[in-house]
Parts: sequence; C-alpha cells; structure tokens
Amino acid sequence: MATEQMDGGRALIRALEEEGVEVMFGLPGGAILPVYDPIIDSSIRHILVRHEQGAGHMAEGYAQATGRPGVAMVTSGPAATNIVTPLCDAYLDSIPMVVITGQVPYPAIGTDAFQECDTTGITQSITKHNFLVTEAQDIPRTIKEAFHIATTGRPGPVLVDVPKDIVDPGNPRSAMTWTDDIQIDLPGYHPEVEVDPEGIRAAADLLRGAERPVLYVGGGILKARAVEALRELAELTGIGVVTTLMARGAFPDSHELCLGMPGMHGNFTAVTAMQESDLLVALGARFDDRVTGKLDGFAPDAKVVHVDIDPAELGKVRRPDVAIRGDVRVAIEALVVELLANGTGDVDRGAWRSRISGWQERFPLVYEPWVPGEALKPQHVIECLRDATPDDTIVSSGVGQHQMWASQYWKFDHPYTWINSGGLGTMGFSIPAAIGAKVAHPDRMVWAVDGDGCFQMTGQELVTATVENIPIKVALLNNSYLGMVRQWQEMFYEERYSEVFLSKDVPDYRMWAESMGCEAMRVDDPDEVEGAIAKANEVDDRPVVIDFRVAAEEKVYPMVPSGASNSELVVPPSQQGQPR
Amino acid sequence: MNVPAPEYRYHTLVVKVENRSGVLARVASLFARRAFNIESLAVAPTDDERFSRITVVVDLESAPLDQIVKQLNKLVNVVEIRELHPGHAVERELMLVTVTAEPNRRDEIVEHLDRAGGKVLSVGTDHMMLSLVGPPGRVDDFENLMRQFGIVELQRTGRVALASLDDVAD
Ligand SMILES: Cc1ncc(C[n+]2csc(CCOP(=O)(O)OP(=O)(O)O)c2C)c(N)n1
Ligand SMILES: [Mg+2]
Repeated sequence: MATEQMDGGRALIRALEEEGVEVMFGLPGGAILPVYDPIIDSSIRHILVRHEQGAGHMAEGYAQATGRPGVAMVTSGPAATNIVTPLCDAYLDSIPMVVITGQVPYPAIGTDAFQECDTTGITQSITKHNFLVTEAQDIPRTIKEAFHIATTGRPGPVLVDVPKDIVDPGNPRSAMTWTDDIQIDLPGYHPEVEVDPEGIRAAADLLRGAERPVLYVGGGILKARAVEALRELAELTGIGVVTTLMARGAFPDSHELCLGMPGMHGNFTAVTAMQESDLLVALGARFDDRVTGKLDGFAPDAKVVHVDIDPAELGKVRRPDVAIRGDVRVAIEALVVELLANGTGDVDRGAWRSRISGWQERFPLVYEPWVPGEALKPQHVIECLRDATPDDTIVSSGVGQHQMWASQYWKFDHPYTWINSGGLGTMGFSIPAAIGAKVAHPDRMVWAVDGDGCFQMTGQELVTATVENIPIKVALLNNSYLGMVRQWQEMFYEERYSEVFLSKDVPDYRMWAESMGCEAMRVDDPDEVEGAIAKANEVDDRPVVIDFRVAAEEKVYPMVPSGASNSELVVPPSQQGQPR
Repeated sequence: MNVPAPEYRYHTLVVKVENRSGVLARVASLFARRAFNIESLAVAPTDDERFSRITVVVDLESAPLDQIVKQLNKLVNVVEIRELHPGHAVERELMLVTVTAEPNRRDEIVEHLDRAGGKVLSVGTDHMMLSLVGPPGRVDDFENLMRQFGIVELQRTGRVALASLDDVAD
C-alpha cells in the first residue's frame, strides 16, 4: 500500500481532490491559512468570494445544478458565523454541501482565543452532521465521512472544523501519513434505500381505488434523480401532478397532467385539487406549512401515501395511511412494476378530470394587464424573460414577491433549472446561487431573478463573478420596496406600511453594477423589456444586470392567508366571484 | 393532542452512542430543538469502550414516541436505540438522602427504610444519611415518606434500565 508523509493541510486538499472536487468557494484568514497554501498546487479551482455567505450559497447553487456536493472553505470565528445562514439554508432544503472551517489551534480551544468560536456547537442543529478534527491523521477519513454523509440518504450540509495546529507544517502536530486505503467509520449511519414491498402493494391498492388522486411531488424527486420514473408513473396512471416550490421542473409544466405549484402562492388548480382529493401520494415531499396551510383543514378527505428516504418525515406532520421509507426512485419504480403487473384499477375518474379542467379554465394565473402611464408589470418581465431564453436556462431567485412570480410565470420543462431557497427563505440567495450554477454549467445561460432588497444583501458577489469570469445575468425586479412584506402589510395590517420602503433612487443599480464590472441597463417602459433582454443575452464576457423598475403595488396571487385553510385561497380580484 | 394513558406517559429509551466528545450535547440539543421533554437521563460507559449508553426517560405528552426515536436515530453518533416498553423492563434508580433525625424518631425512619430495602450510610447527632436503590416508583414513595421528617439534601441518579429476561432474545 502506498503511503506518503505530509502535513495535514496538504492532506486535506488531497482528500478533497480524491472526492472528485473540481471547484470550491471560499475566503482565507488566519486559522485556515495553512490549507490555502497547497491550493496553489491543486487541480481544484478556488473561487474567491467577497463575503462568506456568498461562498455557502454558491456551493448550494452548484450542488442544486449538478447533484454533486458543493464545497466551501472559510476561516474561523466571524467567517464561520458568516456561513451559518447557508448551512441552515442547505439543511432545510436538503442540499449536499461540505463546509470546511478553520479553527484556533487545538490547545487554544476553550480559551476565547482570537477568532475562536464554538463552530460545531453553533452549527449542530443546522447541519446533518459536523466534525471537529483533533488529529492530523484523522483528516482524510473525516473528509471522506463528510462527503459520504452529505451525499447519501437524505442529503444535507456537513461541516468539518479544522484546528490550525494540525494543518500547519510548522507545527509537529500536523505531521501525518497519507495512505490510499481509508475506511470510513460510522457505526451509527446506515441510510436505507430499499423499500418494503408490502408498502408498495398497499400503495398500489389505494391508487387503484382512488377517485380523486393527486401526486404531490417535492424536492426529494430531484435529489433522488427520479424524474423519469415519476413521469412514467403519472402517464401510466393518468394522475395529475403538483410540483412544490422545491420541485419545480421535476415534472414538465407543459405536460397535460401538470397541475402546477401548490402552497401559499400556488395556483388555484394545484391547491384545490389537493384540498379536494381522496388520495395524496406524497413523493419526497414533507407537508411543509407553506404547502398545507392550516393543518387541520388540509385535504380533509385524503388518504395519504407518503414515500420518503428520511423515516422521521413519515408521520411528522400528517399521519400517512401507507408509509414507505426508502429512496423515492426505487419506490416509484417498484410501484410502476406492481401497477403494470396487477393493473391500475378501473375507477372512472372522468368527473374528477372535468372538475380539474374547470378550475384550470376559470382560475388560470393572471395579472391585470399594463395600462399606459403605469409602471412595468413584474409578471410581464418574467414572461418576456421566459420567452427569450433557451429552454434549459437555469433560473435562480431571491426571496420575496419576485421569487413567487418567477416560480409561477416561468415554464419549467427541465429538472435542475430552478434554484431557490425554499425552506429557510433566505434573501440574497439568488446572485451567489446563480454564480455557483454557472460555474457548474459554463455553457448554459443562467439568470438570477432578484429583488431590490435581496440585491442589497449579496450584490457584491457580482465582483466575484466579474473577476472570476462567471458571466451570469441578473433581472432585478426593482419595486423600491421589501415587496412581500409590503403585501402583507397592505392585506393584513390595514395598509400601515412599517419599514418596508427602501428608496426610489438609491442605490443607482446601474452605476453600482457597472462599478462591479457588469454590463448594466435600466428599463422603465414595457416596450424596452424585450430589447434589453435580447441585448443581455448577447453579452457573454461579463455579468449583466437589468434594473427593471416595476410597479410597487403589484401583489402575488393567489394567496392563502397565513393561518388560514387552503380552502380560503384568495384569488386575484378579476377572478373573485367565479364559482369554485 | 392524543394524551397517552398515564402509566404510559413516560417511556424509557436505551440509546447506544459513540463514545466521543460532544455526543451527549447532541442528544440534549436535539431534545431542546424539537421540543421533546426529558424526564430523566443517565449516561454511563459500556463494556465496549467505543460506546456509551444513555438511558433516557421521555415524556410522551411532549411528542409521539415514534418521532422521538426517529429523530434520535438521525444523529450520526447514535448507534442503536432500544425501546423498553413499560412493564417489560427492569428499572432502577439510586437515591441518596440526608434527613433530619432526632434520636427519638430514628427507629421510625429505619422501619420505613427497611421496608423499602434501603441502607443507613451514616448517622450524625440530628441527621441520618440514607441510600435506596429501587424501581423509580418505590423511590418516589420513600422520598414522600421522608418529607415528614425533613429532607436536608437529596439526590437521585435518574433511572437505568434493562429489558426483562423474558424479552431478551437468546
Ligand atoms: C435574510 C432575510 N431577512 C428578512 C426576510 C423577510 N422577507 C421576506 S421577503 C422580504 C422582502 C424582500 O424584498 P425584495 O428583495 O425587494 O423582494 P420583493 O418582495 O420586493 O420582490 C423580506 C424582508 C427574509 N426572508 N430573509
Ligand atoms: Mg423589492
């Protein structure tokens, strides 16, 4: 067996190379310095960010676009705390990510040393697992374990905290022997992929007998690479599919069985079909409160089949009639085999289908058309962008109204083209996430749909994009407001607008973007939208920002008011009074 | 919420964990973060130095047992969880107690102690220190009996438990 003497810092970089890491995002500092030195000689591309939160979201964007784990590396103390938000974001959205943080030398831990913070303590409840490595010899095994945990079972973020003394060549504690034969040692970690055939048969029985079934599809379908299997199941059974915010693209929006997105800002048909269903087949979805609305009013007549790789999701929120633990692709494939062998049943679902098409006709997604003299409609901008970009364009979004409009008005026909922050709802996600996605797919077009509030949180990463030659494009839906909060204050706080107005004219986004090396435009008029997008699509040598000045009064519809049942979905004014 | 019958409100879990620093904190913080209540908790090494055993009594009024077990199982350092069903487990707890014991009341205290199966550890002018090992219910009862004499100081270990012999697979 080949062995080699080296220091812990080199071993760490080598261990990352062995995991197939091609790119990492980070920013150096005192405690992690010794690990940055070997990066100069490494095959791994390092992207220097301007804020560690950016590194975390870039790693997430990279992971969401590729399915491979994203990697970020930062120093101790304030850098570690700066990356807490992306860790929590990745935890709630089950994104595979490995974050390496520097730490003060092991003997100094607990002394309140300079830039010491209890990183593993702080991140314990927002990581799938974390490690504090105490010996240089343990570094390769720990890195291997971190990647294994991050990418298997229900994916998630793993943090590895590395004290400086075990990576610093000047310290004898950093000496270690590299061996090629590294065994992971995780006696308590055994994610189960296989599914119980009994559960599959029971699920098939419920499916055969259901009059009003719905396939409720969550982000787990994408994580499990189950898109093909899902389509087969839907087409075999003719059952309609809703795709949650985390699952947009997992089933083509253009498919006749697509019912759209459910949830607080879902479309009427998706929300109501779930609400009226007699069988919900939840596939890699977790009954999030933004989907269920008031829980005891949610889909009151539905039996539930719930498939999830994480057994703790089964019964956590809604008690399933059939619970299937395991990989959702394996489960769907088994279900298809069972239905092919023993039939899909002969229940007549004609009445259900016509109710669904009635809803689709009466309650499409709509907004009031623009009239001269008004500000630009944000929905119109999204529609133009959608129509002017290639089918496989990757779209990332921030959090707020613009996120909901992007998820509603884009047409997602390909998986892994929609990247957003669902569970944590992190403002500022879109620009760094878009950078991560573009690094992964340099040949594809990547648009970030951002809000003005969000842009001010992470816009500085456009400097990273320019300097590192990562030409993303940003559609800034600038309404001068924290628009989503404004909408709540308008609807539920009697139009008392408290601290939601940003500014009409500062910052000047065009100047700011130009100063960061971007091509920049400002669009006020509907006539200019298409031209500006066309121009942006031509630019390939640097990032582009278009500052779209959109109407502040525009609201996201439909909407389930917080705390209300999904049956109380509020539709846009033009549809109010329609028979439901 | 479905409130379990009183005798089943508390449930004992025997959790085998990796013997690494910080593991107890992970278990405790999981309980805090998921709003699960702990009734008692005891940690001890096992015959295999790689592992420790946490005996934890959980309050099923705060969360369903199934969720508690599944969430615990997600901790990477948790190796195995055994549920000891009420009525199918041998449970013991140790109590040390110092009571006020004027000479004229000592016989009475010792009588209670003998009936419970405890021991006198030391006797001072006005105080006695006692120990009792027993099922948690008996320890509760004895603690209540001692109140009339005046409890000066008291400590209980929290319970430890093993499956009854009938339930041990050969
Ligand atoms: C970091 C963070 N802070 C606060 C919030 C609460 N919040 C949700 S949406 C929103 C407004 C976002 O404003 P903007 O980016 O301009 O988007 P808009 O809603 O106007 O499209 C706020 C403040 C959040 N989700 N994340
Ligand atoms: Mg805004």
